Amino acid sequence: MPAITPEEVRHVAMLAHLDLSAEELDRIGVELNRILEYFAQLQKIDTEDVPVTSHAIPMTNVFREDEVQASLPVDEVIANAPDGVDEFFRVPRIIEE
Amino acid sequence: MAWQPCIGLEVHVELATESKMFCGCRNEFAAPPNSLCCPVCLGLPGSLPVPNRKAVEYVIRTGLALNCQVAETCRFARKNYFYPDLAKNFQISQYDEPLTYGGYIEFVADGEPVRIRIRRAHLEEDTGKNIHLPDGRSLVDYNRCGVPLMEIVTEPDFTTAEQCRVYLLELRSLLRYLEVSEANMEEGQLRAEPTVNLINSQTGQRTPKVEIKNLASIKAVHDAVQYEINRQLHAVEHGEEMFQETRRWNQQRGITTVMRRKETADDYMYFPEPDLPPLSPDPQWVAQIRASLPELPQQRRARFISQYGLPQYDAEVLTASKSTADYFEAVAAACADAKAASNWVMGDVQAYLNEHNLDITSFPLEPQRLAGLINLINEGVISSKIAKQVFPEMIATSRTAEQVVEEKGLKQIDDAGQLEAVIQEAIAANPKAVEDFKNGKQKALGALVGFVMRQTKGQANPQLVNQMLRQKLGA
Repeated sequence: MPAITPEEVRHVAMLAHLDLSAEELDRIGVELNRILEYFAQLQKIDTEDVPVTSHAIPMTNVFREDEVQASLPVDEVIANAPDGVDEFFRVPRIIEE
Repeated sequence: MAWQPCIGLEVHVELATESKMFCGCRNEFAAPPNSLCCPVCLGLPGSLPVPNRKAVEYVIRTGLALNCQVAETCRFARKNYFYPDLAKNFQISQYDEPLTYGGYIEFVADGEPVRIRIRRAHLEEDTGKNIHLPDGRSLVDYNRCGVPLMEIVTEPDFTTAEQCRVYLLELRSLLRYLEVSEANMEEGQLRAEPTVNLINSQTGQRTPKVEIKNLASIKAVHDAVQYEINRQLHAVEHGEEMFQETRRWNQQRGITTVMRRKETADDYMYFPEPDLPPLSPDPQWVAQIRASLPELPQQRRARFISQYGLPQYDAEVLTASKSTADYFEAVAAACADAKAASNWVMGDVQAYLNEHNLDITSFPLEPQRLAGLINLINEGVISSKIAKQVFPEMIATSRTAEQVVEEKGLKQIDDAGQLEAVIQEAIAANPKAVEDFKNGKQKALGALVGFVMRQTKGQANPQLVNQMLRQKLGA
């Protein structure tokens, strides 16, 4: 398995909105590579005849009927928000990427 | 022209289910902020989404009507991004396995038959609404977050803005016939985002793709696409540098402006949604949905022409909305004069609805009563002019046409004896017109007929008046 490059670490950090120092990027790069190596053991298994699996539980078509259930009272909806005004959540300036 | 426009449309449709996509919160447009939220649509830890069967059915229904294949099996995917319109930091959508795919739609635009390929119609969840504050912060309302949203993507087959406009009209009409969405663009139930670029038919060279946002009406889509085609043509002709970017339509100025440039492809880190098992629509269920498809607008239009002998124009206007078409058919069935029914529905009925901002489903005059009015005209009991007076009276009083005509004494005067005196009066009072007519000026008779009609408050049978006047004047 090819090692994860410093560029990839930076890209993933950017996507995750993590502002990392050069030192942290180095350290995390090393750690991520170690994790990937661990998972690389799976590559040794022959999966020739195994379809790509996204779900470990063999279930399909789990539905609910189109029925309305009670929603939360608005004060409970807002309760965990770090910042709220009246019945709204309030968030810091949104920066368009 | 070597450069040809190449336009694709991505349309988002809010589905008219009772409840949201993955939870039981009510799916409603104008509720108080954050009053329709629960742990699932707020993405609180430990909550588990469960798909709404009706929403899946609505997408299959639409996909079938658009001649799409229904996937034997497909999955939901997480689309990851940071923006506070989603509480979870990801949207549940579909990625490489849409629920339906590979269809087409046909219509006529710019006088030419057009066939647009439908790439896919898939299912996802809608986002919340941000209200931006003057200080730069934003308020968020998650009522819309988790509302079932269908995304319909075409291949880049459109070549004119007019085709885009007609497509959206056809699609809106189709969605309403299928009863899967109200599809009002003004309320955001139907949102369209065109992607426009140009291709050089000789060299195969392409301009960068431009996506247009902020389009609140079908007309805005048309105008923005037309503007963008012209802007890009101008740019290639003048060798200006062009970018792959998202542009915003500015309605007031009628132009598009840069919103953001895309230096890199969007990276949403899609992966299969672990909380939701795959969907494998039962073929029997799909067959049932197919069998339950209603007559679609295009089929109904063709039938209106063949069955009722209506002109193309009438058929198009009447079938644009299912409820209007239903109303027309009920009137036509009860009066056996389809063209008259069509004229009334497209004319006076529509004018009344527009004036009172009503939908035909809440129009107070039932089809049977309108048919009764048309029958009175056709039987010669009243003239069509008098009918225009009877019509509002019927709406206001919920009486039948006969009752209104009886009560107001509006019956047409068909008896020559009753008209004799007023005919004499007309001749005596209009010597100039009489003389002109005798000198061969046919039009002069109109003044005399008009006099009689005024004197009889429009109740005289105009044909009879005409005939009697001609007789008296020796014509």
